[in-house]
Amino acid sequence: MTASRAGVGAPDDTVVVYRKRRNVELFMDLVAVSIGLGGWALIGLDQNGTIPGDWPWVVGLWTGMALAVHIAIRIRLPYADPLLLPLVLTVNGLGLAMIHRIDLIPDPVFHDATTQLVWTGLGMALFIATLFVLNDPRELQRFPYLLFLAGLALLLLPLVPGLGTTSGGSTIWIHLGPFSFQPAEAAKVVLTIAFAGYLVDHSEVLSKVGRRVLGLQLPRVRDLGPIVVMWLASLAVLVFENDLGTSMLFFGLFVMMLYVATELPVWPVLGALLMTLGAWAGYAFTYHVKVRVDAWLHPFNNVDQNYQIIQAEYGLAWGGLTGRGWGLGRPGLTPLAKSDFISAAIGEELGVIGLMAVVMLYALIVSRGLRISLTTDDPFEKLLAAGLSFVFALQVFAIIGGVTRLLPLTGLTTPFMSQGGSSMVINWMIIAILLVVSHQARRPRRPEAPVTQRGFVADFASDDTAVILP
Amino acid sequence: MSAVLVTALRVAFLALLWFFILLAANVVRTDMFGRTVAAGSPELAPPPPQRKRRRSGPTTLVVTEGRSSDTQVDLADGLIIGRARDAGLTIDDDYASTHPARLIQSVGGGWQIEDLTSTNGTYVNEVRVIAPTTVTLKDDIRIGRTHLRLEK
Repeated sequence: MTASRAGVGAPDDTVVVYRKRRNVELFMDLVAVSIGLGGWALIGLDQNGTIPGDWPWVVGLWTGMALAVHIAIRIRLPYADPLLLPLVLTVNGLGLAMIHRIDLIPDPVFHDATTQLVWTGLGMALFIATLFVLNDPRELQRFPYLLFLAGLALLLLPLVPGLGTTSGGSTIWIHLGPFSFQPAEAAKVVLTIAFAGYLVDHSEVLSKVGRRVLGLQLPRVRDLGPIVVMWLASLAVLVFENDLGTSMLFFGLFVMMLYVATELPVWPVLGALLMTLGAWAGYAFTYHVKVRVDAWLHPFNNVDQNYQIIQAEYGLAWGGLTGRGWGLGRPGLTPLAKSDFISAAIGEELGVIGLMAVVMLYALIVSRGLRISLTTDDPFEKLLAAGLSFVFALQVFAIIGGVTRLLPLTGLTTPFMSQGGSSMVINWMIIAILLVVSHQARRPRRPEAPVTQRGFVADFASDDTAVILP
Repeated sequence: MSAVLVTALRVAFLALLWFFILLAANVVRTDMFGRTVAAGSPELAPPPPQRKRRRSGPTTLVVTEGRSSDTQVDLADGLIIGRARDAGLTIDDDYASTHPARLIQSVGGGWQIEDLTSTNGTYVNEVRVIAPTTVTLKDDIRIGRTHLRLEK
């Protein structure tokens, strides 16, 4: 690296210093907490005319949890990005409030929101643990191949007989005694770290170009290995686990990181071609993909089969511009309204204005992640931050696009919002890693001696006489 | 509750949501550029290591074996070890490059050694350094034929 860590773009004798901005974060955290609590209080007001009696507990607990995370950041990462935590707290709070609202529909009522709150707490605990354990993100760079194998193993774990279970047509769950877990969620982090470590070492080779066709620099044939391996792995997930979303998420992630590492437009083009080929094969040969595509293009041709997506569309239409209001819509009519279709429930009760706000919040989370990737000057951290942000971007695009019928529906989770423990815990950990990287990138440092660039040249010039030692 | 109040609260909630987004946009705007300060400014000095670490942690780098044997230098973040005269620790070794390795202080106060793509490599306990590797008082660092060690 030629530029000093904190001084990107600055002349050699000056350094850019970022402010800590922890008080800004605290203020934003409190607004974020009030949004979640406001939604929760409005449900009670709209349905019964009063705020539920346990409000001191709810307010105290949610504020306390947010403050605990904030204080951990103050202690460990004083220079970390000030916006990520408030954004995540807002989305998480909206999700909890909406799950609580859907809990109240059946009689007797459910208590899924309490379970989800416990998972949020566990996610925050893992977040704080990551802050204290991970001193230097570059330590993660060490074992890319091992992590790649571990990630693939996690992805394919539900196929092990007796361990994996099929629900909703997809085999993506494993059961260990009373606990169930979606290993693909953990694979998200593991594989992103593995890809970043691998691409840092190989980006130079992978950006060597071969022939030029139609104005596009093609890569050399011998460099196609990694993308083909990832393509086959994604196809395996699609064919054997019937999970369109996971398959697309991991292949898209790899192609995107390949593009970030090599800056060659041919990789995304090639990736899109392979993805189209895979999707066509899926449509032609598997029942699962065909159902999803038909539900996307012609939902009313088979009303029984496409009941869920049709209900979601009616819900969104009923919500209109400003929504029915918290607790006044009928999101319970859509199956899986708490998990896959939570954005439809938001759209019904908060309207298009509320749903767009949620999309905007995710866009801000992704943009802060990419900003962290731009700020740091370590190539591994750059790739890691870009990859982790892209996971969020792709997931939100796929699931909200699926619910609003922009795309065929894929069963991905809505990060921090939809019901489910594995996703919640892992997403909090991803945010922790991003914040550690941003703290490293933003903290003030003296510029390092610009030795690396001269060092390379000098090394090669003066080492001709040296011999390799036994 | 009256219908008017319900509507007012509904609109107020959406307004709060978008007000939060505007606040966030403002933080993005004010966070766009940092301040530019001179490289020698005291505020860039690394935070003083915690006293507990300082007492137990290594403070000097000593050459234990090789022609520059017994040379020692105080540890500093970004210390360059190599044959060049402008290196932080100059070693007299024909098998070493001019700037083969650099010491980095990690966040917790420990030390790591990073290889700057030298021809013959940097070794910690005879294992070649690929990524920044943590070194402690017990580890033996080898560059060319020179062995180094951290000491208190």
